[in-house]
Amino acid sequence: MAKIWNRQAVLKALDDAMTEDPTVIVMGEDIAAAGGPFKVTEGLLATHGPDRVIDTPISEMAFLGAGVGAAVCGLKPVIEMMFIEFIGVALDELTTQAATMRFLSRGKLTVPLVVRASAGAGQGFGCQHSQMLDHWFRGTPGLKLCVTSNARTTYGLLRSAIEDPDPVVVLEPRVLYSDREEYEFDPKYRIPLGTAEIVKPGKDATIVTCGAMVRVATEAAARTDANIEVIDLLTLWPWDRKTVAESVSRTGRLVTVEEATLGSGWGADVASAITTDLFGSLKAAPLRITLPDAPVPYSGALEARYLPNPDYVVAQINQLVKTNKTPAPWWEMA
Amino acid sequence: MMKLSNSNSPIARREALKDRLEQLVRMMEIRAVEERIQKLFGEGHIRGSTHLANGQEAVAVGLARSIDPDDVVTCTYRGHGHALALGVTPAGVIGEICGRVIGCAGGLGGSMHLVEPSVGLLPTFAIVGAGLPVACGAAMAARARGKDRVAISVFGDGSTNIGAFHEALNFASIRKLPVIFICENNLYGEYSRINLTTPVEDIAIRATSYNMPGVIVDGQDVDTVAKAVQTAVARARAGEGPSLLEMKTYRYSGHSRSDPAAYRLPGELDAWLKRDPIKLFADRLESEKLIAAGGFEPLFDDVRASVEDATSEVLASPAPALDQIMSHVTAASAGGDQRWNFWSK
Repeated sequence: MAKIWNRQAVLKALDDAMTEDPTVIVMGEDIAAAGGPFKVTEGLLATHGPDRVIDTPISEMAFLGAGVGAAVCGLKPVIEMMFIEFIGVALDELTTQAATMRFLSRGKLTVPLVVRASAGAGQGFGCQHSQMLDHWFRGTPGLKLCVTSNARTTYGLLRSAIEDPDPVVVLEPRVLYSDREEYEFDPKYRIPLGTAEIVKPGKDATIVTCGAMVRVATEAAARTDANIEVIDLLTLWPWDRKTVAESVSRTGRLVTVEEATLGSGWGADVASAITTDLFGSLKAAPLRITLPDAPVPYSGALEARYLPNPDYVVAQINQLVKTNKTPAPWWEMA
Repeated sequence: MMKLSNSNSPIARREALKDRLEQLVRMMEIRAVEERIQKLFGEGHIRGSTHLANGQEAVAVGLARSIDPDDVVTCTYRGHGHALALGVTPAGVIGEICGRVIGCAGGLGGSMHLVEPSVGLLPTFAIVGAGLPVACGAAMAARARGKDRVAISVFGDGSTNIGAFHEALNFASIRKLPVIFICENNLYGEYSRINLTTPVEDIAIRATSYNMPGVIVDGQDVDTVAKAVQTAVARARAGEGPSLLEMKTYRYSGHSRSDPAAYRLPGELDAWLKRDPIKLFADRLESEKLIAAGGFEPLFDDVRASVEDATSEVLASPAPALDQIMSHVTAASAGGDQRWNFWSK
């Protein structure tokens, strides 16, 4: 099997989608001539030409809004936000305009738009270039939201997102781009939006996670005293409640490992729904392993501590499984 | 002369800029710090990215010498030079970029987030265009509080294609706010040359729509920069409203550390190097007999040596403690309320 860089999965998904469907265009800052600051669009311009691979000014509202209009009128635009924070100045076009177009036109107008962005912490980009910001999109009616976790899920989710009839946000953990993985591309491979995957089966607790935290959770699960099931949520909205509930009904314990702050994280919704579904049969209260409610720190040791790491997840889960009591997060310990 | 620049007090460093020789030394210091940062990156002391401004020293020093320490400045992530010019110490800048306690944000911010309220510098903004509306607000506060202060927003040519630029200029103009908008037109927005992203060559033209002066300035000449800023400041303080100054300048480095700037036009960098702002000003000081013939290199060596001392100081400084993550998130957080009271005198 061929070893590839994770970022090549983005490129391959875009390239294949553009080859198969002439209505797919990509737009963003420095994605064409420069091949993208993270090299995820390298070569697309040469293959598909400047009418379909489009460099834009630093004008996020203009090119995201243009993506909405182009999508309504028959194209399938894939819009790149270099860092997800850059969407802040253009959020209206997505969460207020694109997300309501179908509803307001009573189904006559649709927005088959993809917004993809690098996101997340771990590389010292500082607090304004290191957030996931999934909570800006999650739960918005009319919008879908995915997070990639390796080359396979990147390819499968992106292909599905581009083919989806509705606007989809795909967050790509930047820290994964430079991962080397064994993966053989299959142009027919898709991951249906809204479905989670059991990454590792187990019986004592279920970890629900996504994005860069999948590998943290998987490593931790292999090292705990217990037998832990790990679920990669893949689509954060709408999320796969059935798969998660079925798993937790077997294990009796729910743990979320989130690259999100305690106050904003998707795990609150998962914990609430699963508690509702399985209230009487849970062995312990849901445990959420999250970021603290603080901005992302720059200095290396601090950023490493800020993010959940395998050692911490192991300690938290061991305590949960042993005592059925919810351990305190590290920032509340002395 | 070197004594003042070596002060650990940002305010004293700012005051020192009244001296012409100090202005040259500060420009050399900016260049030396940027070169050292590039090296520190290679040595593995810096994480993430960093955006250098070597070549743009005259704008930073020309601005800093022309405004008061309690005038408020918003600046972009390409802000190392401005921070140094405004008064942040080399150890404060290098330390922040290396994530050490000695850094001006205690190591929590990094390269894109330099800050020093005592000389008016708000945390530098890492989102393109974000600082322009904030400068409008600082100017409103000054006026509301009866203070004779101005606000300055420094941004790149790329920022002028973002909504915030147009909204801020319009807003400042209709309210006649004491704001000076300073565009550092270094010809490149990230990896793209200005002609590919912007339909006008001169950003200053854009002031016309907002009925304010739009002035094209030679951004390589520190005296010309200073004169233009002083004119705009006088206008702002007189209640006549904002100005847009377009500083024609050039960045010698790529957009960020991973960018070799292969997209430059052939010969462009060499042409700009011929009008290097530091050399240009040094020649003038020589003709003014403020430095001796042949004094340039020894002076630059002295500056590089003091930047090296600052670097040693940084590398001896520890990383911030873990409890800093939870400090200063809100007023109720650990660390307490340390609010800087602007214009308290």
